[in-house]
Amino acid sequence: MNGPHDMGGEQNYGPVRPEPEEPIFHAEWEARALAITLAVGAHGRWNIDMSRFAREALPPALYLNSTYYERWIAALEHLMVKHGLLTAEELSSGRPDGGAKATPPLVAERVPEVLATGGPTSRPARRVPQFGVGDRVRTRNLHPATHTRLPKYARGKTGEIVLAHGPHVFADASALAADAPAEPLYAVRFAADELWGPDARFRGSVTLDLWEPHLERT
Amino acid sequence: MPHDDHHDDHRHQIPPDPALRVKALETLLSEKGLIDPAALDAIIETYAEKVGPKNGAAVVARAWTDPAYLERLRADATAAIAEFGFGGRQGEHMVAVENAPGVHNVVVCTLCSCYPWPVLGLPPVWYKSEAYRSRVVIDPRGVLGDFGLTLPEETEIRVWDSTAEIRYLVIPERPAGTEGMDAEALAGLVSRDAMIGTAVVEAPA
Repeated sequence: MNGPHDMGGEQNYGPVRPEPEEPIFHAEWEARALAITLAVGAHGRWNIDMSRFAREALPPALYLNSTYYERWIAALEHLMVKHGLLTAEELSSGRPDGGAKATPPLVAERVPEVLATGGPTSRPARRVPQFGVGDRVRTRNLHPATHTRLPKYARGKTGEIVLAHGPHVFADASALAADAPAEPLYAVRFAADELWGPDARFRGSVTLDLWEPHLERT
Repeated sequence: MPHDDHHDDHRHQIPPDPALRVKALETLLSEKGLIDPAALDAIIETYAEKVGPKNGAAVVARAWTDPAYLERLRADATAAIAEFGFGGRQGEHMVAVENAPGVHNVVVCTLCSCYPWPVLGLPPVWYKSEAYRSRVVIDPRGVLGDFGLTLPEETEIRVWDSTAEIRYLVIPERPAGTEGMDAEALAGLVSRDAMIGTAVVEAPA
């Protein structure tokens, strides 16, 4: 989806402002928002790519006017209603509808183990990858209305594969359906002037992780 | 798709105070038995107190002082980092990228906020900001300038945009004059920003 989240190369957002001695959370609610998101995610009704898509799909003005954890909460509320964990009425009233009480899938004792395991996305190879390290590839000119990891600034560009990561769950597909197939994933390096033309103001490159469906042979 | 049903409720209202909204949500989810509040406490404790850039600094210092470890880090960073017991969520697939004379690496996630949690903890606000995400891929020298870092004109800058589940850890250059320091002392020099690439490691004054 071409949305405000895809901001690589956008201009006029001002300087980066590092905060000395920055706290890990700027308010208690931010910590709770993070933890609620992880704990509700443990129900397994959606995957991390669906979560990211839900955040990106906030209306553009709301996305840009929200802080980071406000985006998380807005997306989480949407996902919970969409996937049947809450009703819209419960969300607006704040009161349970009186159904049977559920059992939380993530209890405190299991938190260390769950966080230490994570969710690896590598998968066994199903076929020989089409490309290898050193190959020149061009990114396709794709504009799906759904989730994609091929940012606007890197579409239709020629680069070189510098790492072959092996097959990983293809996020563009995984954001739409569970059990999406894996595709070979590569780190593809693009020279600064290939991306930015005469306005490239540095000597160097930008490297992105892209899946085979994003790429074509030059 | 996408989202005929999506978020229309937010379009015509001012978002409520986030603290009240999150509190109400937590209460509702607890009453429905969908979350265990103690699990929330355990998650917060993990990232507030246990996991942070000290982990990454230990990895960097070991890479500087143990050539065999550096080789393992180059061959399989996820496994080498797991030797310290660091791994899991948002660090399932690690790659270490090394600075060298004339080469400087810097990491971003332009699409969201992907960041190697097991070695650096949760990302700072600036890493998630529009200013950083938009600009570091087109004007990395300008961004480094915002951090007070000016690299020689001839230095090649390699920006890594974390667009998949691979997480990148920058291995900064070991500063001159630290030959007598052991790994523990060296780790104390390595800042979070140096492992993202918006700083370098300086020798102690």
